[in-house]
Amino acid sequence: MSFWRNWRISKHCRQYAWIAGVLLGVLFLGIGMAQGQFETIWKKAVMICMECIGIG
Amino acid sequence: MKHMIKRWRLAVQILFTIITNGYLYGFISGKIYRGQLKYVCVPGLNCYSCPGAVASCPIGALQAVLNGKGFQVPFAVLGFFFLFGSILGRVVCGWLCPFGLVQDLLHRIPLFRKRKRLPFHRILKYGKYLVLVLLVCIGSSFLFGGFAKIPAFCKYLCPSGTFLGALPLIGMNEALRSQIGGLFFWKLGILLLLLFLSVKVYRPFCQYLCPLGAVYGWFNRFSLVQIHWEKDKCISCMACQKACPVELAPDEISRSPECIRCGKCTGACPTGCLHFKKPDPPTS
Repeated sequence: MSFWRNWRISKHCRQYAWIAGVLLGVLFLGIGMAQGQFETIWKKAVMICMECIGIG
Repeated sequence: MKHMIKRWRLAVQILFTIITNGYLYGFISGKIYRGQLKYVCVPGLNCYSCPGAVASCPIGALQAVLNGKGFQVPFAVLGFFFLFGSILGRVVCGWLCPFGLVQDLLHRIPLFRKRKRLPFHRILKYGKYLVLVLLVCIGSSFLFGGFAKIPAFCKYLCPSGTFLGALPLIGMNEALRSQIGGLFFWKLGILLLLLFLSVKVYRPFCQYLCPLGAVYGWFNRFSLVQIHWEKDKCISCMACQKACPVELAPDEISRSPECIRCGKCTGACPTGCLHFKKPDPPTS
């Protein structure tokens, strides 16, 4: 991961990158919602996950 | 200052753990919360099968989407990652993760000579990326148990699931207790090993195995919350590196994916050249 750490970025980019990240996050959440992925997450989360507790 | 940050962090960790595991009825009844809040993911590794959990685990949610029929890009979970990561980066690990709190508390036990790292740290630290790719992504997309895909990370590794989910549920629920077998003891073994190791080594699970830490580490360079280093004020005493639980030099702190933003360096610095802040506004 050293390329990621050493990759030179301007202060401008660095200052605004988090805003782009937040906007991208909101966009992804919207797409996920449209695709019904929240339903999938909820269905999994409200049942006892047998794999998580080492039984399934 | 040093103790103030430490106390603040502990208070936030405890408070956040209580809030995100606040469904007390679950602990009494041995059942889990089934309400609307579970549409949303918490930022840290918090098993959704914990009787107290009021929201979903992001890694569990990621695997649940990947376990679906065919292949779909898990946009919903990526959305949570980008949202939490862009604002907080690995502040999530240092301040908001319940399993991180457990390891922090164990490391305070005055037993053994403390170590910050395991031998071969430079190689082992990539373990979390391997876990993310092999167990969480590839494992959940392509490994089958019978006809259904399996959440490989939850099933074979996740110590948070065993600690926060399995132990309270199995303790309260007779029907589940009667079903435990080899897999449970495998996961219990991993949990015990990590808990025991946490007494000696600082956060071994976070440093070497946590896929969530791997994800948030990528956001550390860009996140809103940063630890800023003022090079001009630095006297190179390296007090920050000595205080840092992952031994980062001051020039590495803001950009390293290993920094969990615990703030110990800010408290240790005698000149105050390290501090939490937003990224600098660009100078023209």
